[in-house]
Amino acid sequence: MENREDVHILAIESSCDETAASVVKNGRQVLSNIISSQIDLHTLYGGVVPEIASRKHIEKINQVIEEALKEAGVTLEDITAIAVTYGPGLVGALLVGVSAAKAIAFATGKPLVGVHHIEGHISANYIENKQLEPPFACLVVSGGHTHLVIVKDYGEYEILGCTRDDAAGEAFDKVARAIGLGYPGGPKIDKLSKEGNPDAVKFPRAKVDGSDYDFSFSGLKSAVLNYLNSCEMKGIAVNRADVAASFQEAVVDVLVEHSLHAVKAYGFDKFAIAGGVASNSSLRAAFETACSSQKIAFFHPSPVFCTDNAAMIGVAGYYEYIKGTRSGYDLNAIPNLRLGER
Amino acid sequence: MKLLALDSSGLVASAAIVDNHITIAEYTVNYKKTHSQTLLPMLDEIRRMTELDLHTIDAIAIAAGPGSFTGLRIGAATAKGLGLALEIPIIPVPTVDSLAYNLYGSDKLICPLMDARRNQVYTGLYTFQKGIGESSGYEMQVLQKQCAVDIAEVVQQINALGTEVIFLGDGVDAYRSRIAELVTVNYSFAPACCNRQRASCVGALGSVLYRNGVQEAAWEHAPEYLRLSQAERERAGQKEETE
Repeated sequence: MENREDVHILAIESSCDETAASVVKNGRQVLSNIISSQIDLHTLYGGVVPEIASRKHIEKINQVIEEALKEAGVTLEDITAIAVTYGPGLVGALLVGVSAAKAIAFATGKPLVGVHHIEGHISANYIENKQLEPPFACLVVSGGHTHLVIVKDYGEYEILGCTRDDAAGEAFDKVARAIGLGYPGGPKIDKLSKEGNPDAVKFPRAKVDGSDYDFSFSGLKSAVLNYLNSCEMKGIAVNRADVAASFQEAVVDVLVEHSLHAVKAYGFDKFAIAGGVASNSSLRAAFETACSSQKIAFFHPSPVFCTDNAAMIGVAGYYEYIKGTRSGYDLNAIPNLRLGER
Repeated sequence: MKLLALDSSGLVASAAIVDNHITIAEYTVNYKKTHSQTLLPMLDEIRRMTELDLHTIDAIAIAAGPGSFTGLRIGAATAKGLGLALEIPIIPVPTVDSLAYNLYGSDKLICPLMDARRNQVYTGLYTFQKGIGESSGYEMQVLQKQCAVDIAEVVQQINALGTEVIFLGDGVDAYRSRIAELVTVNYSFAPACCNRQRASCVGALGSVLYRNGVQEAAWEHAPEYLRLSQAERERAGQKEETE
């Protein structure tokens, strides 16, 4: 029996290269989580091509939504509100989800809730950790984002720091390309690193002057490229696994150090990670160790909720809906939307 | 049969409700705001103004391309969302054909021109032919199917046909001087009332297409871009070079 008070959110996500839809019940129960990935298509080009991504989204959007409703065993009539990612992301890609969501909201008369993509990533932690509630500190790391955030309350965020140049995931992609692993770099480096020695090459751990919480990864990326170049000049064979492991260790060190510094400075006993890079096994292991030694509860989503998905948008959308957030039919895609802004 | 018609293929955003031979409402805006901000609010205004019950709509007619890639997708995603929620099909109407339909019944050659950038226009050539019987209407004949070409190519076809032509569309402003330079037949430009994309034309032509069996499920619909993406073109070029 469905409870009349139950809130069902139909969520849509199309900010990058995954077309996704989900139905989330009462904010934490994922009834369906459908993802149509375009990764094979973009692998041909060594990265996401915005126009191709947008074209794929428009082809897949209805099937993904219909599948999400079907798998959840609900119809549009059972849906309480429609949530959709409206930024940040690729504008052409975002517009597909936003336009479809608005049309469905318009045709059904259901409320529309625009959701911030990063708010979605953070909220992915609520799905499997029912006891997790704000406030806590959260590190969001993905191909497009590296943010250290304080989650003050549902839908209330304070950004402590972010990357000054490349996102962590972007650095993974670039280094992966340089050592011939191809796209997407994150999982490939993670896998190869298991065979390498993380202490083989000493890569720099960048600090950003005047900020304890900001990140910089372009220097590290250059250091890797320089190392590869100098090996080539000297005719030394490169051990790719060692380079991958050493690079990964350098990234992980900085992420862990900054994050733990923030957790202690603000006196939190809870810390979470989110975003595509949060599924990196070495990063998780490092946080497990660091947090348990300091009696900090550590939370992370399963890999399927780390990469882009709509369930996380449904969770974030639920809390925004409960708070009374509503979007108009003029909701636009905002490619550089900042967290906490509407 | 009641159609909801949309055109967001160019600078113009246009929405209409066309019920058989009557346009119940049409809202057209030719202004720099993004279609994402205009299209659905316009439709909402139509709904309120005409007390429209969306469930009385039989199908959605959409300017299906060519046009601005992003504009086409805003229209397509809107149509697909409406189709999904209302469980009705989509009638894809070629954008250039529906532009030509602005000049229904004209005895001149009709040449819509849409600025396609990269020194090309989206264009086609059309005439109207009286059907058999006194009271029968005109049928649009497609002499040149919509395509993306250099304007010189379509003008060459016009000159060869040797008949008077009317140009319309946003390509007219971009190519006025080239037209003056290249066209050897009598020509004119359609006036402001009928020289841009209009959803009522999409709806009217959509009704004709629908009667001829043209429709697709909402999930099937995707725009007809008439062009590959830049990355695909470059990749195809590279492949050709290496082969």
